[in-house]
Amino acid sequence: MPGQVIRVELPGHLRALAGISGEVQVEVMGAVTQRSVIDVIEVRYPVLRGTIRDHVTKERRAFIRFFACQQDLSHEDLDAPLPVAVASGAEPYLVVGAIAGGVR
Amino acid sequence: MSSVRVLVGTRKGAFVLTSDGKRDKWDVSGPHFAGWEIYHAKGSPVDPNRIYASQFSGWHGQLIQRSNDGGKTWEPVDNKFVYDGVTGTHQWYDGTPHPWDFKRVWHLEPSLTDPDHVYAGVEDAALFQSRDGGASWAELPGLRTHSTGNRWTPGAGGMGLHTILLDQKNPGRIYIAISAAGAFRSDDAGQTWRPINKGLRSQYIPDPNAEVGHCVHHMAMHPSRPDVLFMQKHWDVMRTDDGGEQWKEVSGNLPTDFGFVIDVHAHEPETIYVAPIKSDLEHFPLDGQLRVYRSRTGGNDWEALTMGLPQSNCYVNILRDAMAVDTLDSCGVYFGTTGGQVYVSADGGDQWSAIVHDLPPVLSVEVQTLA
Repeated sequence: MPGQVIRVELPGHLRALAGISGEVQVEVMGAVTQRSVIDVIEVRYPVLRGTIRDHVTKERRAFIRFFACQQDLSHEDLDAPLPVAVASGAEPYLVVGAIAGGVR
Repeated sequence: MSSVRVLVGTRKGAFVLTSDGKRDKWDVSGPHFAGWEIYHAKGSPVDPNRIYASQFSGWHGQLIQRSNDGGKTWEPVDNKFVYDGVTGTHQWYDGTPHPWDFKRVWHLEPSLTDPDHVYAGVEDAALFQSRDGGASWAELPGLRTHSTGNRWTPGAGGMGLHTILLDQKNPGRIYIAISAAGAFRSDDAGQTWRPINKGLRSQYIPDPNAEVGHCVHHMAMHPSRPDVLFMQKHWDVMRTDDGGEQWKEVSGNLPTDFGFVIDVHAHEPETIYVAPIKSDLEHFPLDGQLRVYRSRTGGNDWEALTMGLPQSNCYVNILRDAMAVDTLDSCGVYFGTTGGQVYVSADGGDQWSAIVHDLPPVLSVEVQTLA
């Protein structure tokens, strides 16, 4: 049984690291949650492990935000279902570098 | 003909500067990893094509890059730095206990014998190593778990392990330095450690002569004399002649003995270089004059080296890992500044010129001398 195809937008530095241009599409089996989407991203692009969330705790890095459908999902339950528009592929799931995250 | 390759880490990427042995015409490649902080990049002494680089961003954390072709191409390797076992606390800026927390890799030190073996000094202070070319990392926990660890304190830049010196005569001996804990020595390849800070004196800690707590900024060693170490401390330039058992101050006639870098001439073990900085409150050269100081007597007697360096209105800093020497017959000395200049002297410091003027702030400079 095929999974659901989710559109994901990654920040520029991570696209460069992973050799990606533009939006990526990943197939998620089972429930479409923030955790399941990021799990699939990290499997497909191992170089991104540790750059979105901590290697061990799996917590979002402090200067990473998660947006979708004009909502900030950064502090939502990672295991909660993503909006239907994301699960259906109508809207992308956005991984964003916080505006304050740059260095000197 | 011999050539040199200078590896420059900056706030916004890495640059590779190459020249022939004359060191007067340079090719500049970069930025590699544009937009990322490159804390340090260093090549293996046994395989100069193998280079490791520490890549960091506030958004995405730590990455380690490896090159097998002298910096032309790079591949990311493992970036998982996990402290061994349960981490305790160290002392926070305000004196309260604070949990150990990995932040970044400050310094990468390739082994003297195996290009796949490399050490990483990290913040919060700990020593890691990889024996598979960076494919995996494991902590050498004996350092962080030393009985004094709960008294280590971050310096202004964080609690980083920034200096790793390997003894080519005694493979088991490693020296490291931490800001602000001090210097430590292992005689069993990093399994156990002891502080080597006797003789250091620091007015900014409750007991100026304490066993730990000293803000060591950098240390240097000539490979032929691994028992002799030179140190630029927060204040004071120091030396030891017995592997750190006892230090003595050799600031001598320096106009200020605050600074970050220190290095040793490739062929003259008693010729050392520092770049004095005005003070801990004013991180720029004294009187706006960029001057390297050289001692040919292992300290105490210093001469200012100014030819080719700006002697007015210069307010840059030279950070702790931003000086290096090559091993050509006429020893080249290099340093980078927070103003984005990388200077070279092909004659041991007598005359200087800028290889590049306008890079991002320079965090580190290393040099490879190529056959």
